[in-house]
Amino acid sequence: MTKGKNKSTIGRRSILKGAAATAGVALGAGAITGFPTIWAQNIKNVTLRQFGTGVSNLNDVATKVKEDLGFTLQMTALDSDSVTQRAATQPKSFDIADIEYWICKKVWGAGNLQAMDTSKIKNYDKIVGTFRSGKLTPESVIAQGTAPHTVGFVEGPGGKKFVDNESGWMTLIPTIYNADTLGIRPDLIGRPIDSWAELLNPEFKGKASILDISSIGIMDAAMVCEAMGEVKYGDKGNMTKEEIDKTIAIFIEAKQSGQFRAFWKSFDESVNLMASGEVVIQSMWSPAITAVRSKGIPCVYQPLKEGYRSWGGGLGLSSNLSGIELDAAYEYINWYLDGWVGGYLMRQGYYSAVPETSKNFMSEDEWGYWFEGKAAKGEIKSPQGNVLEKAGAVRDGGSFYDRMGAVACWNSVMDENRHMVRKWNEFIAA
Amino acid sequence: MTEMKTSISGAKLAPGSNLKKLSAKASAQQRTSWYLVSPLVMVLGFFLVLPILTIVIVSFWDYNDYNFFPAFVFENYAYLLTSPVTLATYLKTFKFMILVWIFCTTIGFTIAYFLAFHVRTLPMQITLFLICTVPFWTSNIIRMISWIPFLGRNGLANSALINTGVIDQPLDWLLFSDFAVVLAFVHLYCLFMVVPVFNTMMRIDKSLIEAARDAGASNFQILTNVIIPLTKPGIMIGSIFVVTLVMGDFITVRFMSGGQSASVGRVISNEIALLQYPAAAASAVVLLITVLIMIGIMMRFVDIRKEL
Repeated sequence: MTKGKNKSTIGRRSILKGAAATAGVALGAGAITGFPTIWAQNIKNVTLRQFGTGVSNLNDVATKVKEDLGFTLQMTALDSDSVTQRAATQPKSFDIADIEYWICKKVWGAGNLQAMDTSKIKNYDKIVGTFRSGKLTPESVIAQGTAPHTVGFVEGPGGKKFVDNESGWMTLIPTIYNADTLGIRPDLIGRPIDSWAELLNPEFKGKASILDISSIGIMDAAMVCEAMGEVKYGDKGNMTKEEIDKTIAIFIEAKQSGQFRAFWKSFDESVNLMASGEVVIQSMWSPAITAVRSKGIPCVYQPLKEGYRSWGGGLGLSSNLSGIELDAAYEYINWYLDGWVGGYLMRQGYYSAVPETSKNFMSEDEWGYWFEGKAAKGEIKSPQGNVLEKAGAVRDGGSFYDRMGAVACWNSVMDENRHMVRKWNEFIAA
Repeated sequence: MTEMKTSISGAKLAPGSNLKKLSAKASAQQRTSWYLVSPLVMVLGFFLVLPILTIVIVSFWDYNDYNFFPAFVFENYAYLLTSPVTLATYLKTFKFMILVWIFCTTIGFTIAYFLAFHVRTLPMQITLFLICTVPFWTSNIIRMISWIPFLGRNGLANSALINTGVIDQPLDWLLFSDFAVVLAFVHLYCLFMVVPVFNTMMRIDKSLIEAARDAGASNFQILTNVIIPLTKPGIMIGSIFVVTLVMGDFITVRFMSGGQSASVGRVISNEIALLQYPAAAASAVVLLITVLIMIGIMMRFVDIRKEL
């Protein structure tokens, strides 16, 4: 045990070091463009420490912050369990938490984050409806689970309780979100896949996989069981003990009959499983699909008739922030929603909270491919310049409204969380 | 030691000298020995006893989604000791442990035997021994992960077997299976058996073997009657290493079984990841007690202190 612990500390530390080093390398004398303020000189000395999952903790963002805003942003990338842990237990170790909404529900009560005054957020009105009223379009039906707007607002500064209206005090400023589904290897399956139920189809015995992060895995499992018609759920995002037991029982049976090749916990594990052909159908995340494809291996992020399991992340402010640091943090958030980051993230396949500002930082073809679901006219490149798709390619699942409009369930924490985790452990140990 | 000295000097002084002086001297000596022993006591106290005490205390605390707080509940233990998961994971962990121990002991003993008795010159013995340690210059994570592409469905092992016509279908059980876990464990921990066994073998007086041979013992009889009994402490030390390492492991089991097998260590690491520190502490305490009992039993077979 001790050995393992040491290792993780070293890992974390080296990541910290790496992040600090990169932040240090980030030159740019701080040309303050677009944000001239009186304290422009002092703000250069400010350092904000941000941590979060790898998806949005990008060193390019830190470099750009130094360039545009003048202050230093230190990034630390961790896995989602460690992110939760840090947000809940180490309030002094960060200024900005880049966390998912379900993590917010879990850790908000710990009091380490402060609500944000939406009147200070320039683009607040342009944030997509999903994060404010919960409705993407006025006709949208709100999906099950921890929908972002349900944990997006509190009653006031210092508020501990979530409210169901736009109170003007936001817990997290949404940054990125996406709709997840199953990834498949069309070349090895050779027939159309259109339902979550296919994950447990005996045809793929020994070639299926599911992610071993209980809070997300259970949702994928529920999507599967519901699609199979085996279990009916009141709310997949907040299951009863009975629903959890039934779901896990079905998955234990499948596991014991050898349905699964492996379970994965980290992004690269899922990429390797798929790329090596060990697995042909599994729960997957969007950039993992891109990573498999960029190796020249066909891989499809298969839209399914039951809909997507969605997730969203946002920036939260540490309750320790005040004075100039707090101002800098607001400045940073405004900058974040101003489009550059949004464009950057959308070119990786995520969605930005304020798509219309991101549009200014994307070419027409990129916007058409990523957002509107149109066929690419030229090569589609990643922000780093790697070619992701050739001309003519269409995004799996289509346009933003097709994908985000078909969300069946949001990542969530359940009231029966403890029971769920125990049952999940039974599944893993079975 | 100190006590003995005191009593000896005490015995010398006793006739004729007054008791006060004696006791003063004794207590001064006692104080010195306390000073001498205190760094060790402090180191062990701070870095061993205190953390373990903390773990024991926390194991009785309660927790919610994001926090844990002082309480005195038995819920953590009650769940742990009644859950079928615990039994299943312990059985699985024991299975790994026993298999790994058997393979490590057999392979480790054979290697050590070869080095100690078949290789004639000391420089050669040292060279070969160092070669054994070469793989250990890299991290054990790397040594473990490198098995994955080798054993995979389209990996080197399967393609070689298919190309030579031994099999037509790739063998799925090579990777993400108990086989893979045990293989990786044996690869990782075999040296921990080789080193102590080699060490004890090197200290066996060669004349004992000559005497056995002169007395008409066969090679096999020498092995079973002379070498194995004399190597027992080494085997036992190696066994303690292997057993404790396997019992506490979580990363090898996760990677090599593709996350499909649970071990006690993995359960603890999951609980930590889910911020369930008190539950993790309770699991750790139970694991610690289990391992201590196992070592206690092993010590009954061989009195290492006497043998060394």
